[in-house]
Parts: sequence; structure tokens; C-alpha cells
Amino acid sequence: MHNFFALFQLPEQFDIDMAKLETNFRAIQSASHPDRYVTASDAEKLAAIQTATSANEAYKTLKNPALRAAYLLSLQGITAIAETNTAMPADFLMQQMEWREAIEDAENAKDVSALDVLLGTIRAESKNLQHLLSEQFKQQQLNDATDGTRKLIFMEKVQADIRDIIEKLES
Amino acid sequence: MALLQISEPGQSPAPHQHKLAVGIDLGTTNSLVATVRSGMATVLQDAHGHALLPSVVRYLPDGQVVVGHEAQAQQSQDPTNTIVSVKRFMGRALEDISDRAHIPYKFVNRAQVAIETRAGVKNPIEISAEILRVLKERAEKALGSELVGAVITVPAYFDDAQRQATKDAAKLAGLHVLRLLNEPTAAAVAYGLDNAAEGTYAIYDLGGGTFDISILRLTKGVFEVLSTSGDAALGGDDFDHRIYCWVLDQIRQNSKSFIPLNEADTRLLLTKARQAKEWLTDNYEAQVVCRLSTGQLVDVTLDVTQFNELTQTLVNKTLTPTRKALRDAGLEVADIKGVVLVGGATRMPHVRHAVADYFQQEPLTNLDPDKVVALGAAIQANALVGNKGDEDLLLLDVTPLSLGIETMGGLTEKIIPRNSTLPVARAQEFTTYKDGQTAMSFHVVQGERELVADNRSLARFDLRGIPPMAAGAARIRITFQVDADGLLSVSAREQTSGVEAHVMVKPSYGLNEAEIAHMLSSSYNAATTDKQARALAEAQVDANALIGAIQAALTTDGHLLNDAEKQQINAKITALQASIHAASSDAIRTDTDALNHATEAFAARRMDASVKRALAGKNLDSIEL
Repeated sequence: MHNFFALFQLPEQFDIDMAKLETNFRAIQSASHPDRYVTASDAEKLAAIQTATSANEAYKTLKNPALRAAYLLSLQGITAIAETNTAMPADFLMQQMEWREAIEDAENAKDVSALDVLLGTIRAESKNLQHLLSEQFKQQQLNDATDGTRKLIFMEKVQADIRDIIEKLES
Repeated sequence: MALLQISEPGQSPAPHQHKLAVGIDLGTTNSLVATVRSGMATVLQDAHGHALLPSVVRYLPDGQVVVGHEAQAQQSQDPTNTIVSVKRFMGRALEDISDRAHIPYKFVNRAQVAIETRAGVKNPIEISAEILRVLKERAEKALGSELVGAVITVPAYFDDAQRQATKDAAKLAGLHVLRLLNEPTAAAVAYGLDNAAEGTYAIYDLGGGTFDISILRLTKGVFEVLSTSGDAALGGDDFDHRIYCWVLDQIRQNSKSFIPLNEADTRLLLTKARQAKEWLTDNYEAQVVCRLSTGQLVDVTLDVTQFNELTQTLVNKTLTPTRKALRDAGLEVADIKGVVLVGGATRMPHVRHAVADYFQQEPLTNLDPDKVVALGAAIQANALVGNKGDEDLLLLDVTPLSLGIETMGGLTEKIIPRNSTLPVARAQEFTTYKDGQTAMSFHVVQGERELVADNRSLARFDLRGIPPMAAGAARIRITFQVDADGLLSVSAREQTSGVEAHVMVKPSYGLNEAEIAHMLSSSYNAATTDKQARALAEAQVDANALIGAIQAALTTDGHLLNDAEKQQINAKITALQASIHAASSDAIRTDTDALNHATEAFAARRMDASVKRALAGKNLDSIEL
């Protein structure tokens, strides 16, 4: 299995050149996508689907900051979300509970625009956290980075839940 | 700096052989076939100059089957034997069809919905195959030779069962399916290449029976689908149906005694409703006049305002998936550079207004909304068989619906989320519930809902022979794989013992291989020896092609192998060359498979090398010397 960063010829770090990631993703897909091998031998078709599948997986992982951070940690042998290790700082837990309450209120009031505002707030929080994470990875503060990654993953989850609720309210 | 690209040896086709490939839009209302000729995508016409083939199939008393305009003209006289909009029934069970009381067919309740006709019970796959057969004949007549293959379009929001049914129909019609292509993606290809478009576009596709919305990013020939959404049971037919219901109401109000309609009258009024809808595109009011079989005269007038009121909820229903697609792509309305309209139903002015209002811009309509899908499919077919033209064209499509597995309590565990780029593979581990449990049943489902019962059931399979262990000790790894056609296969493996089970997800509603084989053999009356001769010839052609391709690969990339590896491959080539002259297609197939298998590592190394070359080509300016 390729190292995802190496596959896209990117340095192994949290801050990445998104434009280069996209360009190289498209280059790899242009060379390996199954559509290029429709009339090829079975062995070549197999190689194509394997390469294209792992390129998709790698691209998806590096494109998303939370997944990218978790992947960086995994390269250091750290599992960001383990069943046995989900401890969160108290202030973050408070924050989460507030968000959950706000979501519930908005859901009960069928207030989509309140949910949209909440999404914006969390997105901004997430951006701040990413700046912090970038520093922590640079300084090799892996304990802090693990905490930060965990928060980021939780925020993604909250945002996904909000989107699901909006969808439910709108349909 | 844009670099000129040169194709890899062995991958570019020999200049003299232009392979005949077509794109087919198998639509709810109309179907089309298109191809690329002298670099131009063109829709092929029938002998009367018609490009659109109405998707109507009629089974005649004398055993003949007619498809298209002729069948459409007689639908009111022979409603139970004339099937329209069969696409709505593809991959569906009877209970999925909500408005069946208003459809004049004799439905048969089987695993998959079927219709009783005078030619016997016909399922949607067989009926669709009749349409495809006519298009295949049209193409072969126009192009003067047999087709290498076809790209067939499906609504982006089609689930696995509907896709599989479409592929089965093509097989039944004797077509080699190069790829199933999502309709909005096909439209984007035709539009994007025609307009040299770059940026993020929305494709709003309201067809006869389905609605799709896709958000795509176009960059230098790469069409990347960011998200897709839709409604597989919403289309122009529903607008007709609203008018039909309104006319019924009018009849009831105007006459004291109302006799329920027979099948012929139902079909007649539905046809009149469709004509009224089309008339209202350019006119303020439409008159519906006809005489029912009871002798009763129907004469009512519907104006645009009434029509818009009757159907506004349908138009609004398209905006929910539209918002969802934008949200899934992480974009806002302002990020969308253009909106392309596809499908005949987008001709309705109030649909256009709603789209313009939502996206805050006038939609693009410079391509014929009826033809754009077939044209895009033809361009993709041309690229897939390796004809010269659009070498840079690459489509990166996504899964429309999440795929998952049933867990305890009837809950869905998602394995592959919706909008994952294809091809995709994902694995997850599960464990046993009871001590000593030696088998596990898996239920594969598709959909976004939490409860399994609310999602679509795709397949069930068992993994047996798990060594008895304490509850929760076994590690069963489930792998989901979705290929470039959007079709799913699932495998399960117990990690400690290595026990395995594998299923190509054949939906509960689909046909099994034996059924397809039976249908194929009963539709061809060829003698058995003919079939054997054909099988032998095909096996020989395939074997020679494979040997040729591998020898070419050895010449260019032989340095990727050591001498022992080369010898091994050469030995398999020699074995296959020997069996080509033997007269058994089975023996040739066996040796072909062996040669394929022997070259897997070589193919993987060549793939790595070609990926590296592609990256080097893109990054020449950034490499430091």
C-alpha cells in the first residue's frame, strides 16, 4: 500500500498544496481509470481498478482535514479514534452539549435557517482548530494534535448530523 | 504551460481501425442512439428521419413486436398489450409502483414486477430489450457493420437493482455494454466539450419518469461529479397524470352519473393530457376534447395558470434534491457557473423559471434537451473503445446512494457513503452475537435511512463455517466494491480462519444468469453448431488480441520483469498459441485465463510506471533539477 502523501508527491505534513493534490489526482486517474482499459486484458483491468480505487481513497483522505490529520497520526502509530480512547477535554464536551441542544431546539422549531447559522459557526470553529493543528503537527506536539484531531472529527460528525436534519426538515 | 500529450505505445489504436461504438439513451418516454462520425457526435435516425424512438412496445396478435411510433399510435386501441414508460418498472417490485391503479396493465406479482400481455408474461427487462434491439439494428444499418459495444445511460439516481436490470436488458438485446453512464454526466460531457466549459456546473435533468441533479467540476477534459441526487419516481409523466386527474374531476362535476373508465379510455385521457401539457409550453390554454367509449364527450379547457397550480408541488419537489446536492458538494448557489437543462420536461416554462429562480441565473439551453444525453454517451463510447478524438476525456462519477449492511435491531450500518467517487472499495469488521455461532447472514441494503425497512434491499447471503468462538470474538471482514458502472459486489471473510463468501450483488428483483441464458437462447433461433462455431471464433480472436497486447507490452516494458518472470509469461503465451489451433473454445478460454493470471504482476508494475509517467508529465515545471 502506497503512502498517500507519496502517491501524490506531497510532503508528509498537515498543510498541503490543495491545487497540487487535485492536479496529481487527476493525472493518476487519467493513467489508471478503468475507462482507459475497457478493451484491455483482464490483468490490466484488475491493475486499473485497484490503482484507481486506492487513488480515490487516498484523495478523499487527504482532501478532508479531519481524515488527513487522522491519517498523519496513523503513520506515527497513533489511532485518533479508538474505542478505548475517546476522552475529551471538559470545555469541549460543554461546547458539544451546547451545540447539541441548539440543534435539538432548531429541529423542534423546524428552523432551517438557525441550523444553517449553526453550521456556519461550527465551520468557523473548525477552521480555527485547523490552524492550531497545523502548528501542533509542525512542532511535533502529537498529544495535542491527537486531541485536536479528535475534536475535528467530532465537529465533522455534528455538521453531518445538522445536514441530515436540514434534509429531513426540507423533504 | 500546457504540455502536448503523447499516448503510450500499445494503448493507442492502430489508425486504420475505427471501432463502431454507440451511445444509447434508454429513456422513459423516448430512446435514442448516437455515434461519433468524423469527430462529430450525431444522433442516428430511422428510415423515416425520426431521431426519437418512442419507448413504446406493442405485442401484436400475430406474435410480432412493434416498437416506437407505430406502437405509440395504437396504444389507446390496445392498452393492455402496449407498454409505455417501462423504465419506471425496471428493478422494481409491484409494491414499489404507487399509482398502479391508474396504469392500464395487468400486473403480475412476482419477485420483480411483470405485465401480462397476449404474448405472455413480460418483465421490464424483456420489454426494454425490445427497444434496445431496434436501436441496435438502426445503428448497424446506419454504420454498415456490427457494433463493438455501447454505452447505455441510466438516471444518476438509479439504484443497484435498476442498473443491473438495465445491463441485463442490453445483454438480452445482444449488446456489449462498455459502460453504464449516468444521464446528467453524459449531458455534461456533450455540453462541456461543445462549449469548452471549465468550472462548476449543475445539470438539472427532468425526464419522463426520473429526476436527477448532478454538480460537476469541469477541468481540462476531466468531468468530476461532486455530488448527485434526485428522485427515481418523478418526471414528466407525473405532470401528465396531474392533468389526467384534473380532467377526471371536470367530467365528474359536469355529469351526474360517472362510469369508471376502462383501460382504453384511461390510456386515451393520459395521451390527451400529455398533448395538453406539451401545447401549454407555447400557448396560454389547451383544449382537451375526445369521446369516451361510453359515448360521453369530454371537452374541457385548461389554462397555464391552472396547469401551474396543479403541478407546482411537482416542480417544488425537484428543489429538495437540488438543495441536497449543493449541500453535499459543500457549495453555495453562487459557486455554480452554469446550469444545464436536460430532458424533455425541462421545456415547461414554469420548470425553467423555478430553476432560474433557485440558481439566480438563466439556465443553458443551447443543446437539444432530448438529444444531449445520447450525444454525451456516444462521445464516451468513442473514447472507451480507443478511437481518436477525445483522449483527454475522463469521467469521475459517484455513487448516488449509500450502501450498507443490516445490523442487530434492523439498523443500517453504512459502509460506502453516497457521493463516493468510483471505483470505490471499503471494508468493515463485524462480529458474532452468540457463543459458538458458526454462520452469519448478511443483508445488503441501499439508501440513506437508519432503519433497514426504509431502505432498498439489494441482496442477502450467508457466510458459513465460522469456527465456534465466544460471542464477539470472531472477526468478519465485509468488503464492498463498486465498479465504474456503479454496480456493487460484496465479499465476507472470517479473519482468523480465512473462511470466505463472495456475492456479485444480484438484486432480488434481477434475473439470474440461467434466466438470461435461457432468454438469449430462446430469442436466437441459431443452430447449436452455429453457436459453437461463434464461441470458438470469439475465443480465438480474444486470445490473439491478448497475445498481441502482451507481446507489445513486453517490447516496451520488458525491463520491468526479470528473466525468470519473462520466461514464465512466454511459456503461457506458447501454450495459448498451441491451443488456439485446437478446436475447443473451452481450452482456449482456460489458457487465456492462465495467461491473464500470469501477467497480473506485470500489469500492476506497468500501471505504477504509467502513473509515475503521468505525474511527471503534470509536474515537469515543478521538478527541481
